[in-house]
Amino acid sequence: MPNNQHPFAVGDRIPAVGWFRRFKDHLATFAAVAAVIIVLAPLVAIFVYLVYKGVGSINWAFLTQTPKPVGEAGGGMANAIVGSVLILAIASAIGVPLGIGAGVYLAEYGQGKFGKMIRFTADVLNGVPSIVIGIVAYAIVVLRQKHFSALAGGVALAIMMVPTISRTTEEMLLLVPGSVREAAYGLGIPRWRTTLSITLRTGTSGVITGVMLAFARVAGETAPLLFTAFGNQFWNLNVNQPTAALPLQIFNYAISPFDEWHRQAWAGALILIILIVGSVAALRVVSSRGMMKGAG
Amino acid sequence: MENRSLQMPDLHRDKDISPSRLSIVRSPSVIRPTSDFRIRLADGTFHAAMLACGGAVVALLALIVYELVSASGLSIHAFGLKFFVSQNWDPVNDQFGALPFVYGTLVSSLLALIIAVPLSVGVAVFLTEMCPRALRGIISFLVELLAAIPSVIYGLWAIFILVPILRLHVEPWLSRYFGWSGLFEGAPFGIGMLAAGVILAIMIIPIIASITREVMTAVPRQQREAVLALGATRWEMIRVGVLRNARAGILGGIILGLGRALGETMAVTMVIGNRPEIARSLFAPGYTMASVIANEFSEATGDLYLSALVEIGLALFLVTIITNAIAQLLVWSITRGTPARANAQ
Amino acid sequence: MGVGIEVQRLNAWFGKNQALHDVTMSIAANHATAIIGPSGCGKSTFVRCLNRMHETLPEATVAGKVKVGEQEIYGNGTSAVQIRRRIGMVFQKPNPFPTMSIYDNVAAGLKLNGFHDRGKLDEIVERSLRHAALWDEVKDDLKKKSGASLSGGQQQRLCIARALAVEPQVMLMDEPASALDPISTGKIEELIFQLKEHYTIVIVTHNMQQAARVAEFTGFFLLGHLIEFDKTEKIFTNPSDKRTEDYITGRFG
Repeated sequence: MPNNQHPFAVGDRIPAVGWFRRFKDHLATFAAVAAVIIVLAPLVAIFVYLVYKGVGSINWAFLTQTPKPVGEAGGGMANAIVGSVLILAIASAIGVPLGIGAGVYLAEYGQGKFGKMIRFTADVLNGVPSIVIGIVAYAIVVLRQKHFSALAGGVALAIMMVPTISRTTEEMLLLVPGSVREAAYGLGIPRWRTTLSITLRTGTSGVITGVMLAFARVAGETAPLLFTAFGNQFWNLNVNQPTAALPLQIFNYAISPFDEWHRQAWAGALILIILIVGSVAALRVVSSRGMMKGAG
Repeated sequence: MENRSLQMPDLHRDKDISPSRLSIVRSPSVIRPTSDFRIRLADGTFHAAMLACGGAVVALLALIVYELVSASGLSIHAFGLKFFVSQNWDPVNDQFGALPFVYGTLVSSLLALIIAVPLSVGVAVFLTEMCPRALRGIISFLVELLAAIPSVIYGLWAIFILVPILRLHVEPWLSRYFGWSGLFEGAPFGIGMLAAGVILAIMIIPIIASITREVMTAVPRQQREAVLALGATRWEMIRVGVLRNARAGILGGIILGLGRALGETMAVTMVIGNRPEIARSLFAPGYTMASVIANEFSEATGDLYLSALVEIGLALFLVTIITNAIAQLLVWSITRGTPARANAQ
Repeated sequence: MGVGIEVQRLNAWFGKNQALHDVTMSIAANHATAIIGPSGCGKSTFVRCLNRMHETLPEATVAGKVKVGEQEIYGNGTSAVQIRRRIGMVFQKPNPFPTMSIYDNVAAGLKLNGFHDRGKLDEIVERSLRHAALWDEVKDDLKKKSGASLSGGQQQRLCIARALAVEPQVMLMDEPASALDPISTGKIEELIFQLKEHYTIVIVTHNMQQAARVAEFTGFFLLGHLIEFDKTEKIFTNPSDKRTEDYITGRFG
C-alpha cells in the first residue's frame, strides 16, 4: 500500500516540472520550427531565382524560335516545347490506356494471386531510377531502329507512367462503394458495362487526377530522354527522328559554357516549372473538392 | 367456421388463364433481352483486355530485367565481380572498373541522408504535432511542392546558386573549423561531393517527411493520451507516444529516401564534377553510377563500353529494388489497414 | 492517501457546443464515486476536465474551478503537466505502449518524471503491479514480453499499474471495463475495492450495476448537466429527481 516514503510527492506539494524537462520541450519546438524554415528556404530561393533570372528572357522570340547557332544571341526553345508536347503525347497514348486498364483490372478482378503480383510489380517499377528506364527504352527502340527518336522517348516515359497510373486508378476505383456496382448488377447491366459506364464514371475525377499527376511527373524528366529522344537543335515533328525536349534543352544549355545559353536555360526552366507546378496546384484544388463529392 | 379472408384463390379452377389475362403482371418488354452468350462474350473480352493491361505491367518488369541482363552480359563475362572493386575506368583501353561510381553513389547518398533525416523528421513533427491548424495546409503543400520540382531544375539552381554559396562561404568555413577531420581538404571549387550531397538532401526531404507524417498520424490518439496522462510534456509525449511507436515506419521512410537518392541522376550530374576518382575530401569531385550512364551512354564507342554502362545500370536497378522493398515492408507494418491519406488537414 | 475534489461551476465546450453546464460537486477522498448517464451526457468530458485532458482536444475550452486537495488545477500558472502526474487516468480501451516491455510500461511514467534510480524503480514496478493484481501473472516475463502481448484484461491492469506507479492521489477511470469480458471486469472491480482505501476514485460507467457494486457515491449526468449527486444507495433506491428515476429504471438511455 502506498507509503509516505515515496521518492517524490509529499502530501499536497508536488514538485514542479523540472527546468530541464521544460527546456527540452522548448528546444524541441524551436528545432522543429527551424527545420521547417531551413527546408522551405531552398523552395523559396528556387522560385525566386527562376522568376528573377528567367522572366526577363521569356518573350515572343523565345517561345517561337529555334536555337541560334553557338555564339549568336537570341533564338528560343520553341522546338523544345513542341518536342516535349510530341513526346508526352506519345507517352500518354501508350501509358494512359495501359495504366488505366491495369488499374481497372486490379480494382475489379485483382483480388487473387495474379492481382498481388501486378500490384507488387507496379510498386517495384515505381522505384526504378529513370535513367535505367532510359537504358531499357534504348534497348527496345533505339537499337532496333538504329537511331534516336521521339518514339523512343515516348516509350521511356510511358514505361514510367504505367505503374503510377495503375496504382492511382486502382485506389480511386476501390473508393467507389460496392453498393453502386450492386445497383447496376441488380438492374441487369453486364459486368463490363458496369465497370466502364458506372464505376469508372463515378471515379472519373480521381482517375484523371492520377493521370495528370503521372503526367506532371514525367513532363519534367530528363534522364530517360538523354539517349532516346536525344535532342535536336531544329524543328522536328517526325516521331522517328531525334527530337528536342524542354528538360533536355535546359540541361544542355545549363552545362554549356555560354552565358547566352545559361540565360535561356533559366527561361526554359521557368516555363517548365509553371506548367508542372500549375497543374499540380490546380489538381490539388480540384481533387480536394472532388473528394468531397466523389468518394462518398 | 368459414374463414373467407384466408381463402386462397384456386388458380387451377380458372381454365381461362392466358397471357393476355395476365397482362397486368407482365407488360410488353421494351428491353430486347441480349442473349446470354453475347453478354458472356463481351464480359470475357473485357476481362481479357484488362488482364492484358495488368499482364503488361508484369511483362514490363520482366522486359526490363531481360534487357539489362542481356545487354550487360558482355561486360559481366569480361570482368566478373572484379568490375565492382576495380578503380580503373579507362574506356580508351577497354578497361572498366566501377568502384569510383559505387563509392560516389554511396557517399553522396549517405551525406544526403545525414542532412535530410533530422530536417525531415523535424518538419514532420512540426506539421503533425505542433502546427496551428490554419497553417498546416499551406506548409504541407509547400513541402510537397519541393517534390514536384524536376531534377534538372534543381540542377540548374544548384550550379548557379548553390555552388557559388558553397564555394565562397560554406566550404572555406568548413575547412577552417573542421579541416582536421580530413573531410574538407583541397581547394574549394564548390562543385563536388558536398554539393551533390546537399542538393540530394533537398530532393529527398519531401519523401521522408511525407512518410514520417503518414506513420505519425497512424499512431492512435490513445497512445498520445496515455503518455500525457502520466504527466509528460509535449515533447515527451511526441518522443515516447508517437515517434517511438512509429519508428519502424520512419525507418522505412528513410530507406525510401535513400532509394530515391541512389537513383537520382540529373541534379547530381550537374554538380558532382564527373571525375571517376575516389577521394576522402568532400570538396573533391566525384562520379555516381547514374551520372556516368547519363554522361557517357550516348557517346559510348564499342560494345564493351556500352555493356559496362548497362551493367552499372543493372546494379543500380537491383540495389534500388531491394532498398525500396525493405522500405515498403517497414512502412506497411505501421500503416497496415490505415488509409494512406497523409494530406489530412 | 487520496484527496477530495471540489468542482465548482464547471463548464466545458467543444468549439461552440457546450458539453458541460455549471457542474458543481464534491468528490469525497478515499471513496469511489461513479458517474453515470446515457451516451453523450458529458460523463467522459467531465472526468477529462478533472485532469486537464479535455483541453488537449482541438477547440476544446473549459471554464470554472476544480480544486484537488488544496490545489486549484485551473489556477493561474498551474502547469497541466504537473497536474496530470497527480491525477492518474485509465482509459476505456487499454492502451499499453506496444514497443515497451511490461517493466518499461510501468516504469514509463517514472522515467519521464526524471526518476532513474534502478533499485528503487524495480521496487516501485513490483509494488504497482501488485496493487494492480497483475504481479503474479507477469513476474517472470517483466522484461521479455511486450505490453501489447497480454490479454485485454491484463492490459487494462497493466495500464492501472502504470498509472499507479507515479503515485497519484486520484485515479480517474473512464469506463475501464467496458472493453473487457465479465471475468476481467470482475477482477477490475475487485481492484477498485482495494484501491479505494488509498486513492480517490472517480469511475465513469454506463453499467449501472457496476456503479452500484463499487461506488459509494454516484452522480447522474444528462445532456451536460449534473442532475443528481448522492450516496449510491439513495440514487438507486430512492432518487430525488424524476429523470434519474427514469434512467435507473430503464425508461431511456
